[in-house]
Amino acid sequence: MQKRWFLFEELVKRDFKEKYKRTVLGMGWSLLSPLLTLLVMKLVFTQFFGRTTPYYTIYLFSGNIVLAWFKESTKHGMNSLLHNAKIFTKINVPKYLFLFSKNVSSAVNFALTLVVYFLFCILDGISFGPHMLALLYPVACLLAFNLGMGLILSAMFVFFRDVKYLYDVFLTLLTYLSAIFYTVDSFPPAVQNLFLLNPVYCYIKYFRVVVIDGNIPSLAFHLLCAFYAVTLLLIGGAIYKKYNHKFLYYV
Amino acid sequence: MSILKADNVSIRYITGDFKDIGLKEYVVRRLQGRYKVTEFWADRHVSFSLERGDMLGIIGTNGAGKSTLLKAVSGIMVPTEGHMEIHGSIAALLELASGFDGDLTVRENTYLRGAMLGYTRKFMDEKYEEIIDFAELKDFQERPFKQLSSGMKSRLAFSIACLVSPDILILDEVLSVGDGAFRKKSGNKMREILNSGVTGILVSHSLSQVREMCNKILWLDHGKQIAFTDEVGLYCDAYEEFLLTKKLPQSREQVEQLARALAVRKQKEKEKEEHTEAQRLEAVLEEGTSEAAVQAALSILNKKRPDLLAKTTDSPAQVTADIPQAKG
Repeated sequence: MQKRWFLFEELVKRDFKEKYKRTVLGMGWSLLSPLLTLLVMKLVFTQFFGRTTPYYTIYLFSGNIVLAWFKESTKHGMNSLLHNAKIFTKINVPKYLFLFSKNVSSAVNFALTLVVYFLFCILDGISFGPHMLALLYPVACLLAFNLGMGLILSAMFVFFRDVKYLYDVFLTLLTYLSAIFYTVDSFPPAVQNLFLLNPVYCYIKYFRVVVIDGNIPSLAFHLLCAFYAVTLLLIGGAIYKKYNHKFLYYV
Repeated sequence: MSILKADNVSIRYITGDFKDIGLKEYVVRRLQGRYKVTEFWADRHVSFSLERGDMLGIIGTNGAGKSTLLKAVSGIMVPTEGHMEIHGSIAALLELASGFDGDLTVRENTYLRGAMLGYTRKFMDEKYEEIIDFAELKDFQERPFKQLSSGMKSRLAFSIACLVSPDILILDEVLSVGDGAFRKKSGNKMREILNSGVTGILVSHSLSQVREMCNKILWLDHGKQIAFTDEVGLYCDAYEEFLLTKKLPQSREQVEQLARALAVRKQKEKEKEEHTEAQRLEAVLEEGTSEAAVQAALSILNKKRPDLLAKTTDSPAQVTADIPQAKG
């Protein structure tokens, strides 16, 4: 256990150095991209949806940070196994650690954007209270969900290299289906419920309910969020367990 | 009790174009029933067991399944059939220099590699200086790894891997690392480790190395186990002959035959060598002015075989018969 933790730490260090290339601005740059996305969306979509949606900037931003974390974590996660093929074909190491360490840097990135997010909340006059602590729940769920998705994708990417392109298509579709810049209120209730099939939408919704509405979602909604996270994590774990010693045939 | 035991181990590889086709093509082929993978057995029914302190040499031509077997021993692969029983820690030195990160510094890479090999941070803190000293990279500690020469890289890899004191040490063609001086040093280190009672497995194409270091031999050919034995000399002889004749021995008798054939061949080669040497010398003598050549021949005979000259004076008839022998 101690040994694995040591390896995990060293891998995290490696990933950080790789990502920021030892530049001072490194972290700053990774904040810039979500902010620019936010700016463009705000400029463009305020015209269409902004007038009817309260706290529209925060509404957009909630969707953006959750989706951005999911995208970054899973995209980088997908590479993690194949990228380290040279290592695990020569040395017997626990392979999931490559993915976990990659996710640490994505999570840190998310934490940074979260700080900016709260700054925007203050600027927009959102009232802060103890209910904000409930945000820890979707964050934990998202972390598990991202890990699970990463496990599945990284395994698939070893077997099928075109998963990369297919996943890009999938992400584009997901972006439009996650109600980032529009509200689902104008859909009939049946359709609104269909949105709940999208886990990313659920986590975004959780954020919005807590931050914008100042409420805590229902118990059923909590269970739904946990269900998605746990399910993906289990599937991913099962795949890794099953194929642990088969990956090396494919690299 | 044996420290390492392979019980009827078989390892199957799959090959085919599945690596390149991608998900879309895979689905299409599955639907059309055209999806095929070819399987082949890299190792088939391999059994051996090692006691503490044994040194096993694995011999076999390319593609015999040696490296695959090592991967199974080190836990990177699992046997498709049969099983491995391992009691103790394993350090595998397989293709040392790969798997480092070019952008990290030497120090960072050292720690990372140490972590992968299963050391603890405390252990690495203690051993770090020693590793760098041994690898002779003191002035390069903060350099990015990609700036190192390939010799330096393998030196570092070797140094990290050798500082463990494992129960089982796996060596895959790693006994020659770096330049001459370091090669000597690493060879000494290796012997020191091996003499400390570790159990070792050595894959090497250098038969003299195997003869020198191993007390047991596993002979593989195209995944099949030809022999597992402690008669190192005999089987090395047979293997050496097999490399020429390409005839696999089917029984112990044939092994002995091969070994004998080698001895015969060696003898012949030696004779031939000596014969050509004699011819060469003769040519040299012929070229000289005839009197000087005769003088030289006589003085050599005087020095080395005075008995021959003595005989000559006794009965001149024998000279012609004896002189070729003297050259031989």
